[in-house]
Order: sequence, then structure tokens, then C-alpha cells
Amino acid sequence: MTAIDVTGLRKTYRGHEAVRGIDLAVARGEVFALLGPNGAGKTTTVEILEGHRRRDGGEVRVLGDDPATGGRAWRARIGIVLQDTEDAADLTVREMVRHVAGLYPDPRPADEVIELVGLTEKSASRIRTLSGGQRRRVDVALGIVGRPELLFLDEPTTGFDPQARRQFWDLIRALAAEGVTILLTTHYLDEAEALADRLAVLVDGRIAAEGTPATLGGRAAAGAKVSWRENGSTRTEWPADPTDLIRKLVATDADLTSLTVTRPTLEDTYLTLIGAEK
Amino acid sequence: MVRYGATTAVDGVSLTARAGRVLALLGNNGAGKTSLLQVCEGFRRADGGRVRVLGLDPMDDHDALMPRVGIMLQAGGVYPWATAGEILRLFASFAARPLEVDMLLDRLGLRRFERTRWRRLSGGEQQRLGLAVALVGRPELVFLDEPTAGMDTEARHTTWRLIEQLRADGVSVLLTTHLLDEAERLADDVVIMRSGVVAATGTPAELTAAAGIDLLEVRARPGLRPDARLAHLEVTETAPGEYAVAGALDTAAIAAVLGWFASVDAQVTAVNTCRRTLEDVYLALTAQPLSTQPLSTQETGARR
Amino acid sequence: MTTDGTFAPAPGRAPMRAILRRQVRMELTLTARRGEAVVLAMGVPLLVLLGAGLTHATNVPGDRLGFVVPGVLALTVMSTAFTGQAITTGYERSYGVLKRLGASPLTRPGLLFAKTAAVLGLIVVQLIVLALVGVAVGWRPHLGELPSAVGVTVLAAAAYSGLALLLASVLKPETTTAAATLIYVMMLAAGGIMFAAPDLGTAGWFLLPLAAHAEALRDALTRDEPIPLPIWLSLAAWAAVCVTAAARKFRWE
Repeated sequence: MTAIDVTGLRKTYRGHEAVRGIDLAVARGEVFALLGPNGAGKTTTVEILEGHRRRDGGEVRVLGDDPATGGRAWRARIGIVLQDTEDAADLTVREMVRHVAGLYPDPRPADEVIELVGLTEKSASRIRTLSGGQRRRVDVALGIVGRPELLFLDEPTTGFDPQARRQFWDLIRALAAEGVTILLTTHYLDEAEALADRLAVLVDGRIAAEGTPATLGGRAAAGAKVSWRENGSTRTEWPADPTDLIRKLVATDADLTSLTVTRPTLEDTYLTLIGAEK
Repeated sequence: MVRYGATTAVDGVSLTARAGRVLALLGNNGAGKTSLLQVCEGFRRADGGRVRVLGLDPMDDHDALMPRVGIMLQAGGVYPWATAGEILRLFASFAARPLEVDMLLDRLGLRRFERTRWRRLSGGEQQRLGLAVALVGRPELVFLDEPTAGMDTEARHTTWRLIEQLRADGVSVLLTTHLLDEAERLADDVVIMRSGVVAATGTPAELTAAAGIDLLEVRARPGLRPDARLAHLEVTETAPGEYAVAGALDTAAIAAVLGWFASVDAQVTAVNTCRRTLEDVYLALTAQPLSTQPLSTQETGARR
Repeated sequence: MTTDGTFAPAPGRAPMRAILRRQVRMELTLTARRGEAVVLAMGVPLLVLLGAGLTHATNVPGDRLGFVVPGVLALTVMSTAFTGQAITTGYERSYGVLKRLGASPLTRPGLLFAKTAAVLGLIVVQLIVLALVGVAVGWRPHLGELPSAVGVTVLAAAAYSGLALLLASVLKPETTTAAATLIYVMMLAAGGIMFAAPDLGTAGWFLLPLAAHAEALRDALTRDEPIPLPIWLSLAAWAAVCVTAAARKFRWE
């Protein structure tokens, strides 16, 4: 059974068509990344899948049920990592996790979850005393304490420093290894590349491309990108004949120690995709 | 030196940012970047040491300094019920020779939000407005605190191009970021902080070259045989079409290698100089226990 | 990269007068936008004016309106210059607005001046409206001592303003709101606005600027008498202390 099955999804706000017929399928245990510029319809789509927004058209099945009619039992199988632990600022981490755990039929032990997100040292601290990154980890803890089969992550590492990001990625990989299906939105292409099994790019309410990080948008077949540092700034070109360009560069005094010839990065591919759609 | 109660947030940091260059200040959360910025911007007094920005003391000469610098705050900082246009025009009116507001709005993709109230803007849009406000007075020096946080990929690239233009026009930039590709692309100088001290300084090239290049990988037409030009290097074809070149790989050597590949029309499809990226350097520095000497032993006064 | 030098540095501060004018305009525009706050600041005084002034609900000596209306005017000054401003400034500080202004050419004295000027402008409008309402229901003020009335009002406004900015700098926003409201209510109860308060004499005027201000306005506008020296001293002292304290303690964040 697929975890998420979407056909022909539509949503219009006051005359503006935010989602214009999207088809999506996310398999069980898969990590799926949804990318796209701000305003492309990502948030709306995810909210519909979470059951927080009504759709105007199309069929949606999340873990076998329609989110619009999902009851408590359905909701207990889903985890959502929100971005706001503002209200609970006076509770300690453990209190908050225990509180949310109590809402689920079969939660993980609070301390186990706290350790998973790396906050064991802070479990007795009030949430208001935590840094932004630590609060995010609390959000994640709350999202996974109910042993969800499916986890929604919305731009989870915004504001994280590089170490924290990598630790977070490890956590997500660990969850995926346990079989949790994960739907992730992000603006960081390196994150998408690191975590996603498959991804889709949403532009103007439609899916512009879908695939694996390696093959998205014809990336595997695309031409080489040549970049090097010259006079303190980085130059990049996509020549038809890389060898020829190299020959030319050797003759100049470009900094060859910085030369790389690579396939386009996922970020390059993404930018090309959304540029072409405009 | 900056102390919060018993915590020493910044402990004996010396750094110099040179004019007309971009300096990227890196470090994990809690490393002391924010405290350092607060002191430079004149919102906190240092508990020890000396700070000079554009030759002025940020707290004592605050009024003289503010018109000359542009500060982009990390979050919030604007009247929630005012529109983007009203806010930008207000700050423009504080400056003697402000940039044209319309131009700035266009440049940052904010034109269609001109009449939108600040609280209705998305995070990325608010960031861009914050950047506009920092730039509108035509400052000599700008402090950008995580300038692309919350922006989508396109907006990030637009901002990067803008920062490159700032440098080209002679503006000095001090920026903090968690995105190492951003630092690698934009920075002339890099300072990495850890636990309140400077762990490393240098240009990106200096920091990444510290390990040197000892391996060059090239993917090209299979079956090539290196000639005498490459005799001093070790060239092996590890798999059909995959060549590994080892040895003393300075610029001349690399030029020789690449020149040879080009001369035999090798249909090169990939070249990888296996050196560390800034990201590798950063992760290594911020993960290990602190050694006693910073990478770069340039001891400079905190002076501009 | 090639560039047309658009961002080439050309720093400088605009003339202070222009800056202040724009900042004052912004403050007033934003206040007007939060219309409900202004209405609230008018609502209570109007209610008191009509309630205490027209009915016999409370114990008021002699000329009912003559007692109540100047008191209500004094109350309005306090509610706008102190309570409203404390709350607004507290929230501006927590939104980071003050820090943003601090990072601009505005300067600290500039901000304090602009805020005070905006508040004064607002007060003038409110006082005129209330005075007209008072006259409409029968109040007959004497205008001989008007300059004195204006003088004490300015002093009172400065004192309240300073106190408001001091509070907003020193306390957290929620605490500021609570403290400002509490002080307001206490002063209202003790200040002899709605009803004749126990006669605390000269000491009362020194402790309660609201009482002093209200009494001063009664002397000037209702009784057409010069305002006694102790009241002038009291309000001048309050103004001096509060404004200095605010200037010293004011923080951008």
C-alpha cells in the first residue's frame, strides 16, 4: 500500500488557483522531498495531506484514509513537526513530551524520544530557555513520540548550524531506517540530496518534475559544469566541449587547483527547472 | 571579550575586516558570533578588549557611526502594521543620499509587496526587506546576519548576486551564515569561531589548501597512455575511463596534466581535485576538541 | 564583475528636522491605524465625564461638571502619555522595532523627542474633543488662565512620557502592560477624578501627579485662579526626574 496517494488535487483561494491538479505517490518507508519556490503551493498541498485544509478537487489517500474525514485513530498514526513551541514556553522539555505522548495510544517513552533528538542534557530545562535549534528538536520529538507511520517535516533545519543539520539528518535517516515514511519540504538542495529517496518540484501549483536526486530533470544526462576561481571570484560555465575549455584555461593563468568539472548539482538542476517554468 | 553573567561568550577574539572585502563569520550557534556582532553594532559594550568599526567606537560614537553602516538584523525589527513601502521610505528619509526606494524594491523582488503590511509578509520577504533597509542609506559597511535564512533557492541566489555587486561597488561586508556554500562563494576572508574563540582565519583558498591536493581524478576516454610530460606524476587508470593522478600537484603540475588531456582530445567529462571544501574544514574544526593554536596564527588587533 | 556603481558608498545623515518629522508622522500614522487603541483611550475618559459629570452616582463637591471635566482631561493625558505609550513601547521593544531604529541614523534623543511630540499631538486632539463634549453638556470653563493650564499639561505629559519609556525599558512587555494598567487604575481611584478624594493636602499633590494635574486644571479652568506654586513644583519635579531617568535607562532592546 502506498503511504500517500494523490490524484488531480486542486485548491483555489479567493480566485487564485494555488494547486492545479497534482498527482503524487509516496511509497511506504520512503523519504520524499517536496521542493519549489515560495508560493508554489507546497504548504497548501502539505496542509491538505495533513488534514488541516479542505481541498477543492481530486482524490487523496493518506495511509489509506481520506484526510478530510480522518478520525482520531488516523491522526494518531501521523506525526507532524510544527514550527511553534511558543505557547508551551513554561513547560520543561520532558513535561511537554510526556504531555503530547499522553495523546497517543502507544507512544514511545519520553526519555527515549528526548535522547533520539539529542536533548537529554536539557530534558529538565524549560522550553523558553532553549535556543532556536533546540526548540526545533523539541518539535521533532513531539512529532515522533506517537510512533507515527508517516511524518511531515516542514523546512526542518532552517536556522540550524552545520553541525546541527548533520545531526538532524542522521536522526531522519535513523527514523527512515525504522520504516517511517517521511514527507519533507525544504529549500536546501543539499538536504534534499542527502535525505530524499525521491523528490518532486512544485511550480505554480503544478508538478514540474519528479524523480530521484540523481535523475531529476534529466540531471544524469546533462552536460558538464566547469567551475574555477579567477581573480577571487568563482566562474562557472556549461561548455559543450569541456576538454576544449580546459585547453583554453590551461593557457591562461586561471587557478587550476580549484578547477572542477562535474555534472550539474541538484541545485543547478532545480534552478534550471524553475527557471524554465516561468 | 563579552560576558553574560558567568558565561564568557566571547573570549579574547581578535579580528580584522579589511575594507572593500566580504568577511564571513562562521561558527555553530553559541560560538559567540552574535555577541561579537552585537558589540560591533554598538548594542552591547565589550567587557574587555577594544573595538573599532570604521575607526569609531560603536557605543561611544554610536550616533556618528550609524549613518555609515547598514545593519541587517536577524529577525523582526519592523513595525508590524506598516507596509513594506512605508518602512523603506521611512529609513530612506533618515539618510542624506538614499538609494531610490523603487529601484531597491525592484532589485529585491519586493515591488508587489509595497502596499503589504509587514506582518503579512513571508519570512523570506521580511528578510529581503530587512536587507533593503540596511542598504538604503548607501553605507560603507554592512553587517548581514544570516542574510539568506528563510529564503527560497532563487531568492538566495539573487541575494548572492546582490552581495557580489556590493563588493564590486566598494562596500565592505561582514556576514554571518550557516551555509558553507554561501561562505565559499562570497567570502574573501573567513573567520571560524568556536566556543568564544577564533578557531581559524584565512581566505577560503588558504583554509582549504592547508591540506594540499594530493589526488586528481579525471574521467575521460578510456585507454589513454600518459607521455613524458607527466613522468614525474603517477597516473593510473583505476577503471576504464577513470584516471587517478597522484604526486606533487601544484598549479604547474595540474596545468601539465590538464594540458596533456586536452592535447590528446580526451573527451573529459569530469575533473575532481580532491581537496577539502570549506565545509570539510569547518566540520573538522567545530567537531574536534580545541587544539591550542588556531589554524592561522595571524594575530591582528580588532581594528578597522 | 562589471557594475554601474549603484551601491557605491555615499553615507550620511539627513537633516535632523526632516528625520524627526518623518518619525513623528510614522508614529501618528501607526497609532491611527490601531484605531481601537485610540478609541479606548478616549472611551474611559468619556464614560467618566458623562457618568460622573451628569449623574449623581458619585460624591462630588459643588459644581459637578466643573469638578469632573478638568479631572477627565487630566486623566486623558495620563492614559495616553503614560499607559498607552508604555504598552506600545514595550511591544515595540519586543518586536525589535526599537533596535531597528537604534541601528539607524535616528539617534536616541531623536526617538525620545519624536515619541513625545507624537504623543503631545495626540493629546491635543483628544483634549479638544473632550473639552467640546464637556461644553456641550454644560461645562463653562474660564479661559483667563489657559496658558497656565497648557503649561502644567505639558509638564504632566513629559512626566508621564518619561515614566512610560522608563517602564518599557526596564520591564518585559507583559509586565509593562500589567504595571502600567495597575498604576493607572490606582491613580484613578485615589486621584480625585470621579469623586472627591480624601484631602491629602500638599503632600497628595507631590505623590500623585494625576491629582496635582487635575487640581491645577480645576483652578485654572473652572475657578479661574492661578495655579498654586506647590503644584507647579510637583509637576516640574516629576517631569525632570522621569525624563532624566528615561534618557539614562532607555535601551534599544
